[in-house]
Amino acid sequence: MTAETFEILFFTELAGLPVFDLKHRRIGHVRDAAIVPLIHPARIDRFLVGGAGSSWLSVRYDQIATISLDGIQLSNERLYPYHSDEYMLRIQRDLLDQQIIDVNGRKVVRVNDVTFEVRRDERESLAVLEVDVGVRSIFRRLMQGAAPRRLVRNLQRAIPPSSIRWEFCSIVEADPQRRLRLNISHDKLEDMHPADLADIVEELSPADREAIIGTIDSEVAAEALSEIDPKMQASILENLEPEVAADIVDEMAPDQAADALGELEDETSAEILEEMEAEPVTDVKELLEYDEDTAGGMMNTEAIVLPEATTLAAAMDQLRAHEDLLENTHVLFLSGAGGKITAQVPLARLFLAAGDTRLKELATGRLISTRPDEKQKRVTELFDKYNLLALPVLEEDGTLAGVITADDVITVLRKK
Amino acid sequence: MPGFASRWKRHLLVFLAVLGPGFITAMVDNDSGGILTYSQAGARWGYLPLWTLLPITLALIVSQEMCSRMGAVTGKGLSDLIREEFGLRITFLIMLLLVLANLTNVIAEFSGVAIALDLFGISKFISVPIVAAFVWFLAVKGNYDRVEKIFLFACSIFVVYIIAGILIKPDWKQAMIYSVKPKLMLDGEYITMLIAMVGTTIAPWMQFYQQSAVVEKGITAKEYRESRVEVIVGCILTSVIAFFIIVACAGAFRDHPANIESAKDAALALKPFNQYATLLFSAGLLNASVFAACILPLSTAYSVCEGLGFESGVNKRWNEAPIFYWLYTLLIVVSALTVITPGFKMVKMILLSQVLNGMLLPFILIFMILLINRYSLMKEWVNPRVYNFVAWATVVIVIGMTMALTAITIIHRNDT
Repeated sequence: MTAETFEILFFTELAGLPVFDLKHRRIGHVRDAAIVPLIHPARIDRFLVGGAGSSWLSVRYDQIATISLDGIQLSNERLYPYHSDEYMLRIQRDLLDQQIIDVNGRKVVRVNDVTFEVRRDERESLAVLEVDVGVRSIFRRLMQGAAPRRLVRNLQRAIPPSSIRWEFCSIVEADPQRRLRLNISHDKLEDMHPADLADIVEELSPADREAIIGTIDSEVAAEALSEIDPKMQASILENLEPEVAADIVDEMAPDQAADALGELEDETSAEILEEMEAEPVTDVKELLEYDEDTAGGMMNTEAIVLPEATTLAAAMDQLRAHEDLLENTHVLFLSGAGGKITAQVPLARLFLAAGDTRLKELATGRLISTRPDEKQKRVTELFDKYNLLALPVLEEDGTLAGVITADDVITVLRKK
Repeated sequence: MPGFASRWKRHLLVFLAVLGPGFITAMVDNDSGGILTYSQAGARWGYLPLWTLLPITLALIVSQEMCSRMGAVTGKGLSDLIREEFGLRITFLIMLLLVLANLTNVIAEFSGVAIALDLFGISKFISVPIVAAFVWFLAVKGNYDRVEKIFLFACSIFVVYIIAGILIKPDWKQAMIYSVKPKLMLDGEYITMLIAMVGTTIAPWMQFYQQSAVVEKGITAKEYRESRVEVIVGCILTSVIAFFIIVACAGAFRDHPANIESAKDAALALKPFNQYATLLFSAGLLNASVFAACILPLSTAYSVCEGLGFESGVNKRWNEAPIFYWLYTLLIVVSALTVITPGFKMVKMILLSQVLNGMLLPFILIFMILLINRYSLMKEWVNPRVYNFVAWATVVIVIGMTMALTAITIIHRNDT
C-alpha cells in the first residue's frame, strides 16, 4: 500500500497500534495516551506502551518520528517505565466513557471516542481535536480490534458524525487536588447562561455538582443555583464549606436565599448565616420567618422606596445609586407620612416625564397591595386579575415588607 | 408554634417523598407477569412452591437495597455506572439483552391488558391499540406523575387476593409447612416455574428503574436510612401478595391441579367473590398491566440512552433525543402489534417472559455486586459481607437452575 497522508486519527485506532524501535523491531502496543494539561492543553504528551511484560513504557511525544495506521516509529530509544503520574489526563482511563460538559451545545455528554489531529512538523505528533459522541463513534468502539482499522474507518463514514470541539469541552473533576494538577478549571462554564448551567448541573452526580458550584465565580453560582430545584439547592449548599456556601448565598436575591436556606437543616443554615455579610443576613432572616406558601414566603425584600415629593431628577440619582437592584426592578414605590406606601410608579414612565415632575404625578391609579400572610393562591389571582408585574407586600402599619414580582409567580405556577 | 408545625410537616414530606421509589417499584413488581406466574405456581403445584418465597424475598430486599444505595451514594443510574466502570462493549451487550427481555415484558403487559378486557368481551384488536396509544401519550405529552398516584391507589385491589386466600379455606397447616420446607424436583416444568418466580419477583428492569428513581428523587446518602425501611416494607408487601395469590390458586385448584391456560382459569382463584370474581380479577390485572406498561418502555429507553450516551428525557423534543423517542415508541408499537397478531398465545408468552427475566437476572446481579464493592465508588457504603453472600448465592442458584433446566431439556430431547 502506498503511504497515505491522513489528517486525523481516532483513539480507537491509536489503541493497540504497534510501536517500532529504530531497528524496526516491535516493542509493544499503545495502551493509552495522555495529555499533560500543565504543559499543553491538547497535545498528546505521552504514549503508554505495553509489551510482553506486565509493566508499561512511557514514550514522550518528541521521541516519535512517524505515526500511521500501521504503527508508530520511534526516533529515540531512551524509554522509561511508566509509573502512575498524577499530572496526566489519560484518554482511555480518564476520558473515555465518562461524562463531560459540552459548553457550546449546553449539555452533558458521554465520551465514546476521541479524534486527534495529526500534526507534521519535524516529527509527527497528535493533538486532541474533538471528542466524539453519537452512533458513529459507538460503531468504532464496538468494531475496535474486531476488524482492520482501514475497514472500520471506511465503514463508519456512512454514519453521520457527531463531535464536540475540544475547546468547547469542560471536564468535571470533583477532587480539588486533581483539578489543580490537571489544570482543570470550570471557567468555561461561567460564560453560559445561568439557566443553562443549572440544567447541566442538575444532570450531574452530587459530587460533580458541588465541585462546579463551589469553584465557579460566586455570582454565577448564585444565579445558577437560583434556577435549580430547591431540594437539590439544599443538598448542594449542605455539602459545601460554610464559607463557600455563604459567599454564594450572599449573592442570591434575599427571597431566593431564604427559599434555599429554608430547605436546609436549621443547624446548617445557621452556620451559613453566620458566615454571611451583615446586611443581607437580616433580610434573609426576616424572610425565613414567613411560611413558604404565603405572600411573605414569595416576596423579595429588595425594592426602591422614595418619598412622594421626590422630583424625577432626584429619583434618577437615587436609581443610579441602586444600580445593582435595577435588573429586577419594574416599579418604584412612593412613601408618605410614617413610611406608609401610598403609590407606585412604573419605571418606564420616568423616561417620558420632564426632570422637575414630582413622582407623585406619575403614579398609577390605585395601589394594589397584599399582606405577608396572604395565601399563595390569592396572590397569583391578584397578578392575573390586575395584570401586575410587581405587587407590594405591606405590613399592618402600611410600610413595605417586600415585593413579589411576576417571575416569583411563574415559579409558583410551574411547580404545580 | 409555626416552627414546630412546619418542622413536623417537613418530616412528613421527607418521608412521603422517600416513600416513592421503593414502594412504587414493589407495586409494579406485581404486574401481569407476576399475577399469572404466581397463579400458575399455585394452580399447577399447589403449596409446593411456597418455600421459595422466603429466599426470594430475601434476595429481592438485598438487590433492591443495593440499587437504592448505589443510587443514593453515587447519584448515578445503574447503566451510567456500568458504562463508566466497564466500558462501552459490555454496556452495549447488557443493554441489548435488557431491551430484548423488556420487549417480552412489555408484550406481557399488553397481553395482560388484552386478557383482562377480553373478560368483558372487549376484543384485543380494540383494547390493545387504545391502551398502547394511552400509554404513549401519557408519558410523552401527559402528566404521568399525577396518574401514578391513581395507579398506586388502585393497587390496593390486591387485597382481594388476601381475602380470597382466607375465604377459600386453604389447608393452612400444609401451607405453613411448605412455606419453610424446600421441595426440589428435577422436573423441567417445575424448574422452569421456579426460574419464572425468581424472574418475575426480582426482574432485571426493576434494578435499573429503582436506581434511577432514587437518583431522580434526589435521595442522598444522608436520607438513605428512611429509604431503606421503605424498600424493605415494599419487598415484603410484594411477597405477601404473592403468597396469597399462590394460596388462593392452590385452594381453587386443590382437587384438580392444572396449568393456567386462560384468564378464566386464573380468575377462579377469586371465586369466593362469586359473580364479582371475574370483575375483580380483571380490574386488578388491568391496573397492574397498564401501570407496568407505562413504566417499562420508558425506563428501558432511559437506561439504554443513559448507558450509551444518547440524549434522553420526555422534556426534550423529538429531534433533540431521536434515539430515546424511537426506542420508546418502537417498544410500544412492536409489543402491541405482537399481541394483536391472530393466534398469539398470550398466557404462554407472559409466563415465558418471566423465565427470560430469571435467566438474565444473574448477569445484571453480577455487575451490581462488582460495582457496589468498589471502594472508589461507594466509600464507606460498600456492600456488607452478608449482602454479598445473599447476592452471590442468588447468582449461583439461578445460574444453576438455568443450567439444570437446559440439561433436562437436552436429555429429554435425546430420549424422545
